[in-house]
Amino acid sequence: MLQLILEQSLNGLQFGLMLFLLAAGLTLVFGIMDCINLAHGSLYMVGAYLVAAAAQAADSFWIGLGAGVAGAAVLGLLLELSLFRQLYRRDHLSQVLATFALILIANESVRMIWGAQPVMLNPPEALSGPVEIGGFFYPAYRLVIIAFGLAVAGMLYLLVAKSRIGMWVRAGASNREMTEALGINVQRLFTAVFVFGAALCALAGGLLGPLLAVQVGMGESVLILAFVVIIIGGIGSIRGALVGSLIVGTVDTLGRALLPTLLRALLPADAASTLGPALASILIYLLMAGILFFKPQGLFPARA
Amino acid sequence: MTEPLLDVRQLSRRFAAVDALKDVNFSVEAGEVHALIGPNGAGKTTFIHHVSGALQPDSGSVHFAGREVTRLAMHQRVAAGMARSYQITNVFLGLSALDNVALAVQGRQDAGSSFRFWQAARTEKRLFEEARSFLEQVGLAKRVETVAGNLAHGEQRALELAMALATQPQLLLLDEPMAGTGPEESARMVELIEHLARHVTILLVEHDMAAVFRLADRISVLVNGRLIATGTPEAVRADPEVRRAYLGDHL
Amino acid sequence: MAFYRPAPYQKPLAIVLLLAALALPSVLSAFGQEFYVGFATRVLIFALAASSLNLVLGFGGMFSLGHAAFFGAGAYVAAICMQAGISDALLAFPLAMLAAGLLALLVGALSLRTRGVYFIMITLAFAQMAYYLFVSARAWGGDDGLPLVGRMTLGGLSLSSDNALFFTALSALTAAIVFLGRLADARFGRTIQAIRENETRMEALGYPVFRYRLVCFALGGALAGLAGALLANLTGLASPNLLQWMQSGTLLVMVIIGGVGYLYGGVVGAVVLLCLEEVLSGFTLHWHIGLGVLLLGIVLFAPKGVAALFGKRDD
Repeated sequence: MLQLILEQSLNGLQFGLMLFLLAAGLTLVFGIMDCINLAHGSLYMVGAYLVAAAAQAADSFWIGLGAGVAGAAVLGLLLELSLFRQLYRRDHLSQVLATFALILIANESVRMIWGAQPVMLNPPEALSGPVEIGGFFYPAYRLVIIAFGLAVAGMLYLLVAKSRIGMWVRAGASNREMTEALGINVQRLFTAVFVFGAALCALAGGLLGPLLAVQVGMGESVLILAFVVIIIGGIGSIRGALVGSLIVGTVDTLGRALLPTLLRALLPADAASTLGPALASILIYLLMAGILFFKPQGLFPARA
Repeated sequence: MTEPLLDVRQLSRRFAAVDALKDVNFSVEAGEVHALIGPNGAGKTTFIHHVSGALQPDSGSVHFAGREVTRLAMHQRVAAGMARSYQITNVFLGLSALDNVALAVQGRQDAGSSFRFWQAARTEKRLFEEARSFLEQVGLAKRVETVAGNLAHGEQRALELAMALATQPQLLLLDEPMAGTGPEESARMVELIEHLARHVTILLVEHDMAAVFRLADRISVLVNGRLIATGTPEAVRADPEVRRAYLGDHL
Repeated sequence: MAFYRPAPYQKPLAIVLLLAALALPSVLSAFGQEFYVGFATRVLIFALAASSLNLVLGFGGMFSLGHAAFFGAGAYVAAICMQAGISDALLAFPLAMLAAGLLALLVGALSLRTRGVYFIMITLAFAQMAYYLFVSARAWGGDDGLPLVGRMTLGGLSLSSDNALFFTALSALTAAIVFLGRLADARFGRTIQAIRENETRMEALGYPVFRYRLVCFALGGALAGLAGALLANLTGLASPNLLQWMQSGTLLVMVIIGGVGYLYGGVVGAVVLLCLEEVLSGFTLHWHIGLGVLLLGIVLFAPKGVAALFGKRDD
C-alpha cells in the first residue's frame, strides 16, 4: 500500500510537471495578452507528432525531441506573426473562433499526414527499464521526465522571478498599458513568450509521447486540464501555474489510484464501484469549484 | 439634532502602500447640498466609490438613512435610496434618451419586477411617461427620441442626471457634473442642480469653485485622503489649512 | 449598441420560411428524398440549441464555452426517462428542460462570479466535468452512451415516424424563436442587453446584475436541454460526446457564423454549418480543414457574421 502511494505520488509529480510545461506558456498568453488560445493543445499534439516523426527518422529519441521542439517553436513563430498578432487586439469571441478553427485544421492535417491510428514513440533504449529507489522499482524514463520537469520549472521560475525579461513579463501580466508606457517593446515580448510557450508544449508532448499514445485529439483533453490549472493558480501567474499543476497532477493521479480502494473500505461494494471511478474522474473539477468559490481569482492572482 | 442622512465613520482604504482614504468622518444632513472639494488625486472619486458601494473599505463604516450599508452591494444601496452620476459620462450611447431613463425607472423597486419575459416593455406607458417627465425636469424634453450618442456633451451630462433622478433617490451623489462642459452649459447645470436641491439631498464633488460656492450649504475639503475641514462656505474659505492646501488657488 | 430590433422584412421572411419548412416533408417525399427529413430535423434541433446559446452569449453577453453540457444533459434526461418508462414527451421534455436548467443554474452560480477569459475557461471546465461524469456513469452506459428503446410519444401521438419528429422539432424551434423575440423586447430582454453593454451602470441603477445574468444563463440551459431531448429521439442515443467541449465549440461557431445577438443568428448558423458539412463531407473526408480556413476567413474579414445582413443592431 505504502509503495503504491509512493509510486503514485511520483506519477502525480511527473504528470503535474508536464502540465506545468503546458500551463506556463498558456497562462502568460492569457495574462499578458488577454488572449484566449484554444489551440495551445494543438501545439502540444503537433509537437508530439513532430518529435515522433523526427525520432523515427533519426532513430534517436533525443535528436527527435530536440528537432520536434525546434519545429514547434518555428511553427509557433509563424502562427504568432501571421495570426495571433492580429488576434490580441480583437475580442474574445474572435480569439475563440480563430483558435477553434486552428484546432480543426491541426487535427485534420495531422490525420491526413500521419493517419488516424496512434503513432508509437519509444523511450530511449537505456531508459526503458526500471530502476530501484528505496526498495521499490520505478521506470527510469519517468524519473527522467521528472528531472526534466523540475529543471525546466526551476529555470522558468528563475527566468520570470529574477531576470529582466521576467520582470517585463510580470509587469505585462499585471499592467499592460504601464509596460508599454515604459517603452518596452511589447510586441517582441509577446512573440518571444508565444514561441517559448509553443516550444514548451512540444517538449511536454514529446516527453509524454512514450507514456501516452500520440494521437489526434490528444491536445483537447490536456488543454482543459491546463485550463483547470490556470483557474486554480490564477491567470498570468507562473507561481500559480506551478502550484496548480502540482495540485492537479497529484490529486488526479492519486484520486484515480486510491479513491476506488478507499471507497471500497467505506461503502458497500456495488456503490463503491459505481461511485469510485466517477468521483475520481471529476475530483479535480470539484477541487476547482471549491477554490473558485472561495477565491474567484485563483490562488495567486497576478492582477491585484 | 436629527441623525444625518449619510454618515461615514472612520473610513479608511489603502491601495498598495498608499492611504487613499484615512479615517474619514463625513456626514450629509437631509436636505442640504454638501460639496466635497480637494485637489486632483485627493481621493474624492475613491470616496464616492466607497459611499456608492463600488468599493469596500478596509475599515470604518457607512450609514445611510438610519442603517449600516458598509457591506451592501451597489444595487442594494440604490434600492435604499442612493443614486450616483459618473465623472465620465456613463450612459447607454446606443439607446435613445428616453430608453436610457426608462431603464432607470424600470430598475426601481416600486416599478415592479423586471423578470417579465413576454410583454413588450415599450407598451408599458407608465414607464415611458415617467421617463419623459424626468427628461423634462433636466431640460431634455425636446431630445427625448435622440440617441444618446448624438447628444451634445452637456446634454449627456443632463441625461446622466435624469437617470440618477429616475431612481428616485433620497441622496444624489454627483461626481463632477460640470466636468468637460463649457461655461454656458455649466451655468445651465448649476441652475438645474439648484432646482433639484429643493427636492433631494445632494453630495456634490466638483472642481468648479464658483459653482461649489454658489450651490453648497456646507463644504468639506479632502487632501491626500484626509478630511481637513468641514463647514459653511465662509468658514471653509477662511480656513488657513484649506488656503495652504490650495496655495494661491482661486478660493 | 442598441437593443435588438428586427429588420422590417424579417417577420414576413420568417413566415415564408416557416411555410416552406411545413411543406418540406411532402416536397421531399414527392422527389423520393425522404432521407433528408432526418437531416432537416437535425438542422432544426441544432438551430434550437444554437439559439439557446445565442440567448446567453448574444443577448446576455456571457461567453460560455460549456453550453454543450446542457444540451447533452437534456439528451440524457430523455434517455433516462425512457429507461424509467416515461415515454410521453409532454412529461419528458419539460423534465429535460428542468434538469438542464438546474444544471445551468448551478454552473452559472459558480462561474458568473468571474469575468472575461476566466469565465470562458470555467464554463469549459465545468462542461468537461459533466462529460467525465457521464462517461464514468456505468448505469447510463458509460462511454457508449444510453440508447433509447424507441421514440417517445407526444400526448398519445407517436413520434416514431420521421415526419412526426420533424414537425415536433419545427414547433419547438418556432415556439422558442417567438419566445426569444418577445423576450428581447420585454423588460427582461432590455435588462440583460443593457447589462451586456455596461454592467456597472446597471448596477448603479439598482439592478441586481448577477441575478439577471444567472436567470438568463439558466434559461439558455433549459432551452438547450429541450434541444438535447429532441436529438436523443432523433438519433436514439444519449451519448457523452454530446457534452464534449468540441460540441460547445460547434454551437459557438454556429452562433458566430449566424450573427451574435441577432434573433435568427442561431438558426442561420445551424443551417449554414450543417449544410456546409453535408456538402463538403461528400467531397472529402478532410472537410474540417476547409471549415477551419473558412472560419479563419470569417474572423479576419467578416467579423459580424452572416445574419448581420438580416437584423439591425446599430453600433
